[in-house]
Amino acid sequence: MIKEHGKILVIGGGISGITTALEASEIGQDVVLVEKSPTLGGRVSGFHQYFPKLCPPTCGLEINYRRLRANPHIQIHTNSEVLSLSGDAGNFKVKIRKNPTFVNEKCVACDHCTAVCPSERSNDFNEGMNKTKAIFLPNNMAYPPRYVVDRPACEPGCSKCVEACKYGAIDLDMQVEEIEIQVASVVIATGWKPYDAKKLKNMGFSSVPNVINNIMMERISSVSGPTKGKILRPSDQKPVESIAFVQCAGSRDENHLPYCSSICCLGSLKHANYVMEQNPDAKIYIFYIDIRTPGKYEDFVVKVQAKPNVNMIKGKVAKITAGENGGVLVEAENILNLEKVRLDVDMVVLATGMEPNLKGQDRIAGIELDENGFVPMELQQQGIFSTGVAKWPADVNSSIQDSTGAALKAIQTSIGN
Amino acid sequence: MDSKTGVYICSGCDIDQAMDVEELAKVASKECKVPVSKTHPVLCSEDGVKLLKEDREKEGVNRFMIAACSQRFHETTFDMGEENIVVRAPIREYVAWTQKTRDESGEVDEDTQLAGEEYIQMYTAKLKKHGIPQPFEQDTSKKLLVIGGGVSGMTAATEAANAGYSVDLVEKKGHLGGFCLDEHKLIPSRAPFSEPEINYVSAIVSTVEENKLIKVHTSSFVNSISGQPGEFQVKLNQQGKIEKFKCGAVIMATGSQPYDTAKLSHLGINYDNVVSSAEFEQMAKSENILRKDGKPALNVGFIQCAGSRTPDHLPYCSGTCCMDSLKQAAYIREQNPEAKAHIIYRDIRTPGLYENFYRSRQDDPGVFLTQGDVVGVKETTDKKIAVEVDNTLFGEPVNFEMDLLVLAVGQVPSTLSGESALNLEYRQGPDLPELKYGYPDSHFICFPYETRRTGIYAVGSVRQPMDINDAKLDATGAAMKAIQSMELTDQGKTVHPRVGDQTFPEFALSRCTSCKRCTEECPFGVLEEDEKGTPFPNAARCRSCGVCMGSCPVQIISFKDSSPTIFKEMMTSIEMPDEFDEKPRILIFACENDALPVFDMAAMNRLKINTNVRIMPMRCLGGLNLIYVTDALSYGYDGIMFMGCAYGDDYQCHFVNGSQLANTRLSKVQETIGRLNLEPERVRQYAISMNDYERLPKIIDDFVEELDDFGPNPFKGM
Repeated sequence: MIKEHGKILVIGGGISGITTALEASEIGQDVVLVEKSPTLGGRVSGFHQYFPKLCPPTCGLEINYRRLRANPHIQIHTNSEVLSLSGDAGNFKVKIRKNPTFVNEKCVACDHCTAVCPSERSNDFNEGMNKTKAIFLPNNMAYPPRYVVDRPACEPGCSKCVEACKYGAIDLDMQVEEIEIQVASVVIATGWKPYDAKKLKNMGFSSVPNVINNIMMERISSVSGPTKGKILRPSDQKPVESIAFVQCAGSRDENHLPYCSSICCLGSLKHANYVMEQNPDAKIYIFYIDIRTPGKYEDFVVKVQAKPNVNMIKGKVAKITAGENGGVLVEAENILNLEKVRLDVDMVVLATGMEPNLKGQDRIAGIELDENGFVPMELQQQGIFSTGVAKWPADVNSSIQDSTGAALKAIQTSIGN
Repeated sequence: MDSKTGVYICSGCDIDQAMDVEELAKVASKECKVPVSKTHPVLCSEDGVKLLKEDREKEGVNRFMIAACSQRFHETTFDMGEENIVVRAPIREYVAWTQKTRDESGEVDEDTQLAGEEYIQMYTAKLKKHGIPQPFEQDTSKKLLVIGGGVSGMTAATEAANAGYSVDLVEKKGHLGGFCLDEHKLIPSRAPFSEPEINYVSAIVSTVEENKLIKVHTSSFVNSISGQPGEFQVKLNQQGKIEKFKCGAVIMATGSQPYDTAKLSHLGINYDNVVSSAEFEQMAKSENILRKDGKPALNVGFIQCAGSRTPDHLPYCSGTCCMDSLKQAAYIREQNPEAKAHIIYRDIRTPGLYENFYRSRQDDPGVFLTQGDVVGVKETTDKKIAVEVDNTLFGEPVNFEMDLLVLAVGQVPSTLSGESALNLEYRQGPDLPELKYGYPDSHFICFPYETRRTGIYAVGSVRQPMDINDAKLDATGAAMKAIQSMELTDQGKTVHPRVGDQTFPEFALSRCTSCKRCTEECPFGVLEEDEKGTPFPNAARCRSCGVCMGSCPVQIISFKDSSPTIFKEMMTSIEMPDEFDEKPRILIFACENDALPVFDMAAMNRLKINTNVRIMPMRCLGGLNLIYVTDALSYGYDGIMFMGCAYGDDYQCHFVNGSQLANTRLSKVQETIGRLNLEPERVRQYAISMNDYERLPKIIDDFVEELDDFGPNPFKGM
């Protein structure tokens, strides 16, 4: 029966897209997975640990990559974009643009190329907090495990990497390729990005040193990050002894993101744990409106809150300014006792919310998004499903749950097509 | 078919910068005595793969030992077809990238070369003992059994049926619909998420009843389930009448009940005008939001977290009561514009787009929201309810007087009702093992459907506290997993996490001592036993973790590609350097899920690993059989490191308790080691996660240094 199914197109190769593709394909369903960056893995590949278990996301990714490696039913296009989508449920025509990575499948990841590369680029995997060579492996877990050239970062006329590669894997003249495929159903799993904290007035992001966002905090804490996992403040690499977290930074706010992203409370509690693990005496302040840890996540807030150096303050932060010697001044009001709070801390983390990647973009022709940039659920009738944060704000666990279901919905549409 | 082994050694990726690969090839032919032994500059290239395939066709090679990169690379490149076995020796990662390379004069380092040669010997020895995996064949059913006819169960049934699968849907009550059928209205399920929705559950009931692929059994319960995925034997009790049928997978969607308000006397449940949220829903449904004396309730209070988020009652948050109370506040305002709703909360939890629903109520001047802790509930002389609230935004305790008070109570999973919904005829008990608070949930963030009873999935508010919208999504996902289980079982393959594996435990029962360790320790309840205690495996329940293999004191359990014999052959394939060589040998058994990839990470980062260790992969540390320890020590290994995941409350083992079992077993062997006059510290277990690659070299060096103090293993050369 499966053999007669049309293909499923999954757009986005983060944990939601990977899950959708795998769950559908493991009953023999053919899937085409398109990811715009050079590697699969998406946001979770940059996380240090998951809440509430504090286990490494790379562990689950490893299992999923093992499933992918052994799976003959998934065709993967990384560094590729969906240009257009036309047709109806059961019969979509999809144009895919494969952007050149300048490295072909002969790459063995031997790393000889980076030794000779004279140019550097800002490392987006580490939120720009360090650099890689112009030819680089996106990260330790990159899938496919293949290097990429950031062509604009190259020195003009340089071809040292080409000469250094014994395997003929680098082709600096690699061209854009466009392909057209036919699929029966579509799952959009394009994920999210952190809300741009520069838009938040008085929060000091990018103007006050040592004010970072929650995604940077993940990278600073991660062994594959710019500090190899040591939590040091960016301006002077001093170990962090006091830290403040600003919850709902740009969330639940009609001027920014009107919704709650549902992960930032748990994220900051997890970050507090990262800090305490390295420095049990570190002072931790969390400014919040409501602590949102539904279901069994409640155990996590109870556990973290019980730590003697964790201070939960119900209140809104009014202003963040530079203090002395790299410190950060936080001014807030405790709305339970109406006292003004003034803190001088080593680092501030703005717990920014999730903005869907599709917001402000018109990447997939014909798909209209809702006012917040999420994919409207009504498109289901047309054989176009969404999952993960392309659909609504969600944590990893519920995104995976949703993506497993999305696989079945897409299969239903592809039956007999 | 005769087996013919070929050893193929790649010299690319700097392997030749660390080792003399021609010498490695000689070791393969001379020491391992393989008929074909070749080197190639880039084995993964077209030309390299052509070489392998030509040898397969022309030379009849059907067992391939590829000494090159790790299994995590080029898995399909080196796939030589189902009838042929491929074993990979990761000399790129374990030697070339982590050991000393050639010196300035081009000489290879002696220890590095030796490491390469010993890996060739070990992995060739492994290959020689490999069998060819066979799918487990049985006559399977692809019919799904769904237990529970609420929204979760009905959704799972419909979604499976819409993909073409037949479903038997069993409901205890006389009709479908479950808890939500009786709700007045439902929380919003779609944008803009601002107002309650008309109850659509009866429409779902009709859809199910009209679906030709779904057979509905009302007033029925499951008397027993025996057998295994693909061929579960179900006995259904329909008002005393027993019906038998076969099914392929099971979804348990038995829901939850509201927390028992009788336990909340401190919140005034015994007063006339205090009701539970479930009772209030019915009052609103009949448009009778009245006090007990029949007068309209103009001031209605809600106490959130009534019996939730407290160690005295439910420690968890149900995640649904905030939305429910906001919904009920909307009823009050809709049914009587004069009436006011007053919600007293600790934190308003309206995650995601539910924030819009909260905002809509905040915008209503007749809905009041007060953050604080309820410290007292009293009845006034006129039967009003006085609620005292502390820690409010007003700074001091505040008193509110309500006509009617609603206690917003949380969910309790049906597993705690005292009746089994599954009645599994499994040696390990009739139910899905519970994770916490009665919820038989998955323990894994990445795998919400990772179940401990293969082919049986809990879904909806019995799996974890959840609302109707989550339940529908959850049920769709569970239907997918159940279908997958049925399809993979039909092909005779294992399900998650070793999806597609076709190796199953094999029992040499003639040597079984009926000690029952395997039947007790199997984390998935695979093994039944006869009256003598002899194990009887149900292969389709098996997840191929190898825990049984590790548990067996007489080593009668094996897999085609992993067995006590294979481990012994591997460890004894090398020539043990003698005690005067100053070349200690340490074995590392590494779990394939977490610990083994860490060596790849270390290699990618070119971290130096101690030259005296030899790494052997295990499916899971739960496969640790104590014979490995005695075999290795008596062969002269100086120490053994077992690397697996962390255990305890936040365990990471995808086979539940493999690393914990390993720890228990090792604690038993320490005494034996002591009796051999060896230091127990020579054998140790380590919790290693994917994030530990930077620490890894030091962990190993520290262990080797400690062994130095003990001196060489006196059993060397004996």
